[in-house]
Amino acid sequence: MTTPLAGYLLVAALLFAIGLAGALVRRNAILVLIGIELMLNAANLNLIAFWRFGPHPEALTGMMFAIFSIAVAAAEAAVGLGLVISIYRHTNITELDKINRMKG
Amino acid sequence: MNVVFYLLAALTIGGGLAAVLLKHLVHCALATTVAFAGLALLFLQLDAQFAGFAQILVYIGAVAILIVFAILLTRGSELPKGGVFSPSWFVGLVIAAGIFAVLAWAVLESVRAVPQQTAIPDVTVRDIGNALVGRYVLPLEIVALLLTAATIGAVIVAMHEKERPKP
Repeated sequence: MTTPLAGYLLVAALLFAIGLAGALVRRNAILVLIGIELMLNAANLNLIAFWRFGPHPEALTGMMFAIFSIAVAAAEAAVGLGLVISIYRHTNITELDKINRMKG
Repeated sequence: MNVVFYLLAALTIGGGLAAVLLKHLVHCALATTVAFAGLALLFLQLDAQFAGFAQILVYIGAVAILIVFAILLTRGSELPKGGVFSPSWFVGLVIAAGIFAVLAWAVLESVRAVPQQTAIPDVTVRDIGNALVGRYVLPLEIVALLLTAATIGAVIVAMHEKERPKP
């Protein structure tokens, strides 16, 4: 029978695969960013699960890694959505397969 | 492995699936919020209270609102003409399924060798604060600088430019 750690890791793996599928399959740039956020969250779940079931939780390494990862993901979301809005202002499209030039 | 874990896992996975599969972008943003909330509850279930509440504050409070703003600012509430999925959707699906298969195989093969600590870790917010301003003070400063730079950069990138006369 599976252990609790294996359950959390499987949930994280499934969420990562869903996020990856969203980033690869959808055409809208905002949905691709949502997929990337889901992947980052799955990684955070892995970190917290290993912190909880690892040998030295009082060292706080996994917890700190997850907290810093949350902060970096927030910065990434701000810049990414700013880029999407800027591209929309210039070209009036948000579909990634129609964006075929970098000059505004 | 109790009933609460299965419920929360189902909530998280269902939210993630709905976020990827739904057609309207606003519905996708709402489903993403559900997935974020499920993850925060999973963190609480893992006795990581600080990370759980940070997840609620940062993701549900900030990132989800930011996504909704971006959707409404880019006319994303209308359905596009060419469908919501890219023409090469099957390849992406195969890649994602393959990666999940590899990850699940690795987890199920190797998890017996990992030691299982079942005692609840005795960690308070005071310990986390002491660690943040003690051992991890340099990463904390770097993250503060990164957040400032990212905020200013996002504002500059998304700022409305004046029309310049062409040379």
